[in-house]
Amino acid sequence: MAEDKIKVADLNAWFGSHQVLKDIGFSMSEKTVTAIIGPSGCGKSTLIRCFNRMHETVPQARVSGQIQLSGKDIFREDPVRLRQRVGMIFQKPNPFPTMSIFDNVVAGLRLNGVKDKSRLEAVARQCLIKAALWDEVKDKLKDSGTSLSGGQQQRLCIARALAVSPEVLLMDEPCSALDPISTARIEELIHELRPNYTIVIVTHNMQQAARVSDFTSFLYMGELIEHGETKQLFTNPREKRTEDYITGRFG
Amino acid sequence: MSANTDRTFERISLVCAIGVVAVVFLIGSVLLWESSPVFQKLGWRLLTNSQWDPVGEEFGLVPFIYGTLVSALLALLFAIPFSLGIAIFLTELSPDWLRGPTAFLIELLAAIPSVIYGLWGIFYLAPWLRQSVEPLLIQLNLPLFRGPAYGIGMLAAGIILAIMIIPIIASIARDVFQAVPMHQREAALALGATRWEVTRLAVLKYSESGILGAIFLGLGRALGETMAVTMVIGNRPEISLSLLAPSHTMASVLANEFAEASGALHLSALAAIGISLFVITFLTNAAARFLVWKVSGVAVAGRRE
Repeated sequence: MAEDKIKVADLNAWFGSHQVLKDIGFSMSEKTVTAIIGPSGCGKSTLIRCFNRMHETVPQARVSGQIQLSGKDIFREDPVRLRQRVGMIFQKPNPFPTMSIFDNVVAGLRLNGVKDKSRLEAVARQCLIKAALWDEVKDKLKDSGTSLSGGQQQRLCIARALAVSPEVLLMDEPCSALDPISTARIEELIHELRPNYTIVIVTHNMQQAARVSDFTSFLYMGELIEHGETKQLFTNPREKRTEDYITGRFG
Repeated sequence: MSANTDRTFERISLVCAIGVVAVVFLIGSVLLWESSPVFQKLGWRLLTNSQWDPVGEEFGLVPFIYGTLVSALLALLFAIPFSLGIAIFLTELSPDWLRGPTAFLIELLAAIPSVIYGLWGIFYLAPWLRQSVEPLLIQLNLPLFRGPAYGIGMLAAGIILAIMIIPIIASIARDVFQAVPMHQREAALALGATRWEVTRLAVLKYSESGILGAIFLGLGRALGETMAVTMVIGNRPEISLSLLAPSHTMASVLANEFAEASGALHLSALAAIGISLFVITFLTNAAARFLVWKVSGVAVAGRRE
C-alpha cells in the first residue's frame, strides 16, 4: 500500500469545556475514499473540520494532537495554504450568491492572484467537466450560481473546490440536502474523482458509505470505535458497537 | 364579550396606525398649500434661480439644494469608510468581550442631541479647522479649497454630519453583515482565503445592496439634519465650489428664517423649501429601506432625533 496521505494521532478536540473528540488515531492512504460514519453528535464533522483546520476558526474551539498530511504536521503549517491543499464541500451547497457560475468556480484562483483570462476559462471548463456539471451550464456561465438546482449547486461547489487543485477533498454530508437522483450523481462523481484525490466523506447514510468508500471509520461519542476496509467493517465488524450501529440497533 | 373587546382593540390599533399615515399626508398637504403662492408667482424660476433675497422678493432654491446635497455627500464620503470599518470590526474581527461595549458606545453616538454636536462644532471643530487644517488645504491650491479660512463652512458641516451618521451606517451595516450566513464565510475560508479575503469575498459581496441601503439611510439623515449644520455651516445662500466657504442647507434656512420671515411670500418660499426637502428625504429613505429589507429581511427602525 502507498504511503499514508493523512495520519491522525492522539487527536483531541473541544468546544469550550466539552470534549468532542477523544484520542483519535488512524491513517488514510493516498487516492482512497474514507467514509466516517456514526450517530449525530458523535464528532464526525468536527473530525474532518480538523483536517483543514476549520475547527479552530470557531470561537472557543480547541484541538490537540497530531495530523500529518504527506508526512508533515498540519498544525505547523499556515492554515490558509493548508486549505488550498485540502478542499472542503459542505452539507448545504454554498455557492456565492452574488457571483456568476463562472466566477464561483474561479473564486479560489482569483484569490491566489490568477488574472489571466484564458487560464481562468480553461480551469473553469476543466473543473466543471470533472464535477460533471459542464454540459448543464456551459451555455449559461454568466448566470447566478444560485439559479441552479440544489444538486447542481453542490456540484458547482465541488468544481469550485477542485479549481485550486487540492490533494484532499473533505465532504461533510454532501448529499444530506439533496434528492435521491442528485445524491446518485454526487456518488458517481466521487467514483470518478477517486483516482486523483484522497477523499474523506462524512455521511449519515450507511448505504452511501458502503457504496462509495474503500475504508470506513465508525465514530461513537467522540471515540473511534473501529476503522477498517469498508467491506470488512460492514460484513464482519470486529466491535460489538459497530455491529449494533450498522444493523440499526441504535443511532 | 371577548369578541367585543377584541374588536375594540383592533379598532384602536387601526386608528393609531392610520393616524401616523394621516399626519404625514397632512404635513405634505399643508406644505403644498402654504407654498402655492410662491409657486404661482415664480413658477419654475423657483427651482432655477440662485438668488435668495427675501427683501427684494427674489426666491431661488438652488443654493439650498446645492448646500444640502453637497454637505450630505461630503458627510457620506467621510462616514462610509469609517462606518464599514466599524461594522467589519464588530462582526468579523472583534474579540467577544469587546464587541458589546463598542457597539453600545457607537449606538450611543446616535443618541447625542444634535445641538450638542453643533456646540462642539462651534467651540472646538471650527477653530481647529481654521487654525490647523484649512491653512494647509489652502496651500494645496485646488479650486475646492479657495478663499479665507473661516473654520465655519461647508467642510465643518460635512465633518459634523459624518460623525452624526456614522452610528447609523455602522449599526445597520453590522446588522447586514450579521445576516450573512456562516456557511458563506466558511465557503471562502475553505478555499484558502485570508481573513480580509473572507470579508471581501463572502461578507462585503454578499451584502452589497444592504450596504447601499445603510448608506442611503445615512444620507437621509444627513439631508434632513438641521441644528448641528445650522450652527456650523455659516448660513450664506451662495454657491461656491470651495468647501471652505460658508453655505446654507434647506434645513438650516428653515431653522434660521422661519420665525422671522419678512412677508407672506417669504413664508411661502420657505414652505416650498420644506416640501422639496420632504420629498427628497422621503424618497431616499424609501429607497434605503427597500434595499436593506431586500437583503437581510431586517426591518430597519427609524432613527431620528
